[in-house]
Amino acid sequence: MNIVVLVKQVPGTDNVKMDPVTGVMIRSGKDTIINPLDENALAEAIRIKNSHENVKVTAVSMGPESAMKAIKEAIAMGADGGVLISGRAFAGSDTIATAKAIAAAIRKVGDVDLILCGERATDGETGQTGAMIAYYLGIPVETYVSGVEVKEGGVIVKRTVEGGFERVEIPFPVMATVNKDINEPGFPTLKGKLKAKETAVPVYGPAELGLEPAELGLKGSPTRVVKVFSPKLSRDTIMKKADGTTGPVEEMMKFLAGKEAI
Amino acid sequence: MSTYVNANVEKEQKLSQYKGVLVFGEQKDGKILTVTYELLTRGRKLADDLGCELSCVLLGDEIEGLEEVVKRGADKVFFIKDAVLKNFLPRPYSKAITKLCEELKPEVIVAAATTTGRTVMPLVAAMLETGLTADCTELTIDADTRLLLQTRPAIGGNIMATIKTPDHRPQMATVRPKSAKPAAFDAARTGEVIVKEYEGATFFTPEKFLEYIKDTTQEVSIEEADVIVAGGKGMKNADGFRMVEELARILGAGVGATRDAVELGWTTYPHQIGLSGKTVAPKLYFAFGLSGKIQHLAGMQTSEVVVAVNKDPEAQIFKVADFGIVGDVFEVVPMMIEAFKNLKANA
Repeated sequence: MNIVVLVKQVPGTDNVKMDPVTGVMIRSGKDTIINPLDENALAEAIRIKNSHENVKVTAVSMGPESAMKAIKEAIAMGADGGVLISGRAFAGSDTIATAKAIAAAIRKVGDVDLILCGERATDGETGQTGAMIAYYLGIPVETYVSGVEVKEGGVIVKRTVEGGFERVEIPFPVMATVNKDINEPGFPTLKGKLKAKETAVPVYGPAELGLEPAELGLKGSPTRVVKVFSPKLSRDTIMKKADGTTGPVEEMMKFLAGKEAI
Repeated sequence: MSTYVNANVEKEQKLSQYKGVLVFGEQKDGKILTVTYELLTRGRKLADDLGCELSCVLLGDEIEGLEEVVKRGADKVFFIKDAVLKNFLPRPYSKAITKLCEELKPEVIVAAATTTGRTVMPLVAAMLETGLTADCTELTIDADTRLLLQTRPAIGGNIMATIKTPDHRPQMATVRPKSAKPAAFDAARTGEVIVKEYEGATFFTPEKFLEYIKDTTQEVSIEEADVIVAGGKGMKNADGFRMVEELARILGAGVGATRDAVELGWTTYPHQIGLSGKTVAPKLYFAFGLSGKIQHLAGMQTSEVVVAVNKDPEAQIFKVADFGIVGDVFEVVPMMIEAFKNLKANA
């Protein structure tokens, strides 16, 4: 059984810069982490690997060359190998262009039964690429997955939806995007770290993936960022300073009563 | 030069075939969900600005009250009917919607950023080879170009991005549930309800819906709560966060939390409010010890009345607060708890 886990390298802090002209995020290799929900996806893949025979886990990432760090970390946590999609031509890809490139890389991995990734990334927060990748691969997708039960020839997934859960049965191959309720991610092991060092990870550009430049990057992206700006937030705020007395709270109670909020 | 002009004319002709606004309504157990009427509010405004029709598509087996969708603003309601559509399954839903879009050629499609909308819209966008913008807080029509301007909070901080889809149609966006008021009922409105029954191939899927399990672990669902008490990192630790829960209990309110508070394990994910959690719109929102990162604000700024307590007078949360107290939550919140206890005792 072949499992692919998608790991996205995201900024470890909230200090992300945007290019004011193109509206594209400026990514640098500094202070990055694996997208936390992708770590849940990885942990689930490793759990399945440890409880079933003949399971191979491949970590796939797309990003600058520094995203190799994310793949090596995935291997250190228990993945068997990885693939990095990288090259200038991919810069500025929106969710559709990104999905096409990742789908091409997964096809190159070949014979994949299960693809797991986080339900969304903490940087873009669109939560769209998982489903789009599934479409380009021609396979079904299950989203917001908080449980995966491997059955003969397929899985039963538990999806978290409004007000509860759904259980859906689905044969392989299938893509599942997971949320954080699915498990507690583990840590890299020393053995894993050594393995990560030794494992050669191929880097694929557009040529290796058989993609045309027109499908990639900004050119291949239907959406355009036209403007970035600071949000305008303002209410007529009544501000009080705590002074050790119950005064400010009493005023708040009066205010809420006046608004018929209590 | 002429080739260039021709290419442009061709492109414009291609784009001009697309007309009308379509919203993707949702049902559960055959009952139309309120989020559908919120989408009609958004859709009606866009259709009026574009001077075009507003359609709504609903998928299911049997659906009650389709006429109400007309009474609340749709000119046409398309009901795609099949037994497999009774419950949401990504593949048949996305295929059926795509088929309808190929017939209708809508200029704009708006869906809710629910677990359903956020799953089906990326599939539809990929099938139609067009762009999609998630979690928009604002949708407007650019008067000069007729393009849909999709505004959403972006990346990790104080940034909003406006996104457009200039050369592809339809232009697609999801909006957060509760980010608009449900459209009002107007008994005098007229429109058409059209039932669509497509061939089996559209609905074929390897997915098998097994069951829906209601989550009973949450006492008060924050999406339905009239009052929410929310806490962030400023509550310091799990014990500190108990104060948030105590006030919520006294008020019969829902407990909300920032991503930080959830990640630190003080409460669970169903309580997370914000871009990566839930959007809420209660009558009263208490924000304790949370700075008001844009992701959190995106999930609560439509609350009617907001009370914030934070020791940093510059905290963003005060910008969306109606009543702010600058001070230590460990001093102020216990006073609030006392005040509400007294209020309750004297009521």
